Amino acid sequence: MWSYEKRLEFPVNIKEPNAMLAQAIISQYGGPDGEMGASMRYLSQRYAMPYREVAGVLTDIGTEELAHLEMVATIVHQLTRNLSMDEIENSGFANYYVDHTVGIWPQAASGFPFTAAQFQSTGDIITDLMEDMAAEQKARTTYDNILRLVKDPDVCEPIKFLRMREVVHFQRFGEALRIVQDRLNSKNFYAFNPGFDTNGGDLSDGCDCNCNN
Amino acid sequence: MSNQEQLLHDIGIVNFVLTELTLYLDTHPHDRNAMEYFNHYNRMRNQMEREFSQKYYPLSLRLVECGSEWSWGSAPLPWEGECV
Repeated sequence: MWSYEKRLEFPVNIKEPNAMLAQAIISQYGGPDGEMGASMRYLSQRYAMPYREVAGVLTDIGTEELAHLEMVATIVHQLTRNLSMDEIENSGFANYYVDHTVGIWPQAASGFPFTAAQFQSTGDIITDLMEDMAAEQKARTTYDNILRLVKDPDVCEPIKFLRMREVVHFQRFGEALRIVQDRLNSKNFYAFNPGFDTNGGDLSDGCDCNCNN
Repeated sequence: MSNQEQLLHDIGIVNFVLTELTLYLDTHPHDRNAMEYFNHYNRMRNQMEREFSQKYYPLSLRLVECGSEWSWGSAPLPWEGECV
């Protein structure tokens, strides 16, 4: 189970509201490569993982993603605090405002709602870890794109921190994948699912028995 | 039930009491009786979790004390079903 700490992983103190930026950054809350999908992806994938230390990587990174989710929500909250109606009308924020006022709701920058269809939990740990590495790169790209839009250092610093964490997670998932592959049955050249298949996962003869045909 | 199973079972009970007290105190922040209960069970929880983590495996990262190996990674996972 989980317990909550009343602090952010990295401080966020934004003084100037900026509704246009908030609308871009909310993508990292509920968008296709956002923190909500990241956390749900890793925490859901854990159960198919037969190796404890790698399930631990998924647990610990999935947990850190929840802290990132809170940071992104804080950034959006502070960017939309004390907005005037003029700012809402002139910044393109009116579409979000009409449904959510300045509350936090998981959506992509485009307005598309958060959906679990944006991530996978295949039950095949090698497939999943490949996706996890790609997910970290996609989130890093999104933070790169956000950083090109940001001029305010109050926003820039926490976003740079989040971007760096994507790089570190990518590295750790790469190591996790190597740990898994080092443990594969010697017959399992092509890295079939070691959490499900017997016979070293060799399905090349179309069946999963030991008939050696 | 082994000593390890019994201790984890008791930790679950004490933690649930604290979960309930937390929700109650969130909406009744001036109830002194409830706060006394909270302090009592909170001390008990901390002591029991420390004992469990020293004897068996760390229940949370805060309770990890590094020895010769990183016990956080090798400890049983709660969904294995036999890690009581």
